[in-house]
Amino acid sequence: MADAATFPAHPTTAHGSMARPTVQAPPLTPGKVAIWLFLATEIMFFTGLIGTYIVLRAGSPPTGYSNLYPPATDLTYVLPTKPEGLKTYAWPKPYDDSTNPLSIDLTAVNTFILICSSVTMVLGLSAFQRDQKRKGALYTTATALIGAVFLGVQVFEYRQLMFVHHYPIGVSASGHFTPDVSLFASCFFTMTGFHGAHVAGGVIAMSLLAIRSWFGAYSSTNYNSVEIVGLYWHFVDLVWIILFTVVYLI
Amino acid sequence: MSHEHADAGHTSGTEAAHHGHGHDHIHPRPWNPLFRYVFSTDHKIIAIQFLFSGLIFFVVGGLMAMAIRWQLAWPWSPMPVLSKALWSSQGYRMPPEFYNKLFTMHGSVMIFLVVIPILAGAFGNFTIPLMIGARDMAFPRLNMISYWCMPFAFVAMLNSFIVEGGTAEAGWTSYPTLANSPWSTPGSFNGQTWWLIGVLFAGVSSLLGSINYLTTILMLRAPGMKMFRLPMTVWGMFITSILQAFALPVLTSALVMQLLDRTAGTNFFTPAGLSVANGPAAIGGGQPLLWQHLFWFYSHPAVYIMILPAMGMMSDIISTFSRKPLFGYKPMVIAIGAIAGLGFIVWGHHMFQSGMNPALGATFMLSTMLIALPSAIKVFNWLGTMWGGRIQFTSAMLNAMGFVSMFIIGGLSGIFLAATPVDMHVHDTYFIVAHIHYVLFGGSTFAIFAAIYYWFPKMFGRMMDERLGKVHFALTFLTFNGTFFLMHIVGLHGMLRRTADPTIYPLLNGPGVVGMNQFMTLSAFGLGLTQILFAANFLYSLVLGPKAADNPWKANTLEWGTTSPPPYYNFQTIPTVYHPAYEFSVPGVVGDFLPQTEPRPPIAGPMDPIMA
Repeated sequence: MADAATFPAHPTTAHGSMARPTVQAPPLTPGKVAIWLFLATEIMFFTGLIGTYIVLRAGSPPTGYSNLYPPATDLTYVLPTKPEGLKTYAWPKPYDDSTNPLSIDLTAVNTFILICSSVTMVLGLSAFQRDQKRKGALYTTATALIGAVFLGVQVFEYRQLMFVHHYPIGVSASGHFTPDVSLFASCFFTMTGFHGAHVAGGVIAMSLLAIRSWFGAYSSTNYNSVEIVGLYWHFVDLVWIILFTVVYLI
Repeated sequence: MSHEHADAGHTSGTEAAHHGHGHDHIHPRPWNPLFRYVFSTDHKIIAIQFLFSGLIFFVVGGLMAMAIRWQLAWPWSPMPVLSKALWSSQGYRMPPEFYNKLFTMHGSVMIFLVVIPILAGAFGNFTIPLMIGARDMAFPRLNMISYWCMPFAFVAMLNSFIVEGGTAEAGWTSYPTLANSPWSTPGSFNGQTWWLIGVLFAGVSSLLGSINYLTTILMLRAPGMKMFRLPMTVWGMFITSILQAFALPVLTSALVMQLLDRTAGTNFFTPAGLSVANGPAAIGGGQPLLWQHLFWFYSHPAVYIMILPAMGMMSDIISTFSRKPLFGYKPMVIAIGAIAGLGFIVWGHHMFQSGMNPALGATFMLSTMLIALPSAIKVFNWLGTMWGGRIQFTSAMLNAMGFVSMFIIGGLSGIFLAATPVDMHVHDTYFIVAHIHYVLFGGSTFAIFAAIYYWFPKMFGRMMDERLGKVHFALTFLTFNGTFFLMHIVGLHGMLRRTADPTIYPLLNGPGVVGMNQFMTLSAFGLGLTQILFAANFLYSLVLGPKAADNPWKANTLEWGTTSPPPYYNFQTIPTVYHPAYEFSVPGVVGDFLPQTEPRPPIAGPMDPIMA
């Protein structure tokens, strides 16, 4: 409440606090308007990627993936012979090892980790707003670290998929899951890769915030940058929840 | 709750004091010429950078157009200069794929490096802060970065010419599978990748610019500058920026996917088992048609990105030189908004021939035809503005009138093309080439000329030569129509676009079509030579033109209230605005104009709530 006294009082009318101040004060800062616009462009960018995924998946033929042949193999001459044990799918099924290499359990844990970072972000901002600078710095640092852990798990996952594990023929003709082996792989790596790049950008911004916050840069009168980076961070988090759902779970 | 409010208010208050977002703080001007003129954060310098680089690439794109016309008039005959320089070992004959490179890069350069950067980049940057009464953009450094993305685009586009296989040849639309498979054409080997990188950088530049423009217009208007007091130029830029912000990211995603298809082996746009030139079959499974949807989801709004700023600027110029209020200011704003809104749901009309479901095609046809309504509102309002006015035929006004008349022709042929049955008949013919050039040259480029003649005094503090300007307009207008009008006729006769040698078809080898092609080529050369007049006028006036007064055109908008050229902080004191920009010939006012900074006299009566 102390800082409210230093704030120049608006000349208000006699009708009480509900009356509009006569001063033409902008309700938002330019930085906040710009970050919302930037997020709008980001939404359209991810709409392009996710929309592509939905269209390609919906347009994938019922024999696009099978447990006995590499993805996108033309099965026109195979199917009439009714080979024993052949199962075909339009798209890899979750938890089906013969066509889907993704470790859903690992990524579910990773998703939880990322959601936790949104919580620490909120707590950090509210700490700054209440002038608890040390607490705010701790939470901001925690957010950056948790984001880095998420990225680390994603790198581990990529390494397993691309180099370490050997997958059945239904996943990939080469045995490794790389962007070129199937349409599913192309979509998976492009969508999660661009999301990962966004998280990486967020971790860099968050680290800068954390370093500055340890020097007491943010307080109840100056938390604009924390709020702006926070909005971006929550957006990246939200996109991941959508990606996790459509790429891994459905 | 009140605590929170005080906090938010306080934050913005300290921000204003410390970072100069407020109106009264003037940053010191950088002393180092490197930061003053090259890596400048001043919106006026950035505008001039966009303008100069755009005009330089206008020459590059224009020369490619000359080469295209040479080939169409006299197929395979040795081309001056180019034949000697490039094809002396092949009997001075242009290789056929070079023609594909020419039309691809002519379109790409003109759209991505000339028209969009000049209209939105140069004039958006120059006019927005000056016309809304701000000291600079909301984010000057972001503005600088948005310009310095462009040189990466320039280098990538130019580099595509010298890589193995030469530059891209899949057209400016870059359709897969031609654009996807490295072995489909020489240009698809490397050039296409550089093309994609170039367009990506140009796109990022526009994206950053649009966020900056929107924030600036929303947040930094001078006191009294309500949204419905903004000049049409600013409205045009505002709505263009909305289009860019929401449509461009989709193209970015599509470009990224095509780039990954080409470099990382992904399968987005490659059909299953595609094999090109006896190469190994791709795994594929993707859909080439998807590219067309994503591409046109941006590139249809993009044609409005290339015309809406022009419409806004022409409204201001026509009103000023007719010495009359703009006829129907608010309807004009709403019409621009309607064009932009409809622009998002019409992209399928580029794809009527792609095997689209007829029901969907009919929907796209209907929404496309609806655009004729707001467009007609705009044209009639421009005519209404000129009607009965005391028109001053300056070079700027002549080019603006050229814009309106050529836009009518381009708009009418657009309605032909919107109708699915007609479009199926004329798809990929010179009729569509005529249409796009009537809109993009007759529309946007005449608007660029008009805007340069109009704002040159404010930009550089010197006047351009009016007599040369009028000669330039007259010759451009004649040769432009000589070049492009006949394209309607040869197009309806069945002449296909993107065909290096139409004479191989007996239908197109008669004296009529051949003669018309040669006439068009001669006109195009005339059109190209005429631009030397413009360049001479521009460069001469830059150095030796007579000094410009602060308000040479007696216009009302805020930029004419400061010096020519404006100081780097734009305004000594931030002006206060009392009315929209179109108070010409107001009763009771001495002189025939009333700047936005001067209140209307009571005798003038209330303003029309709808039309003004």
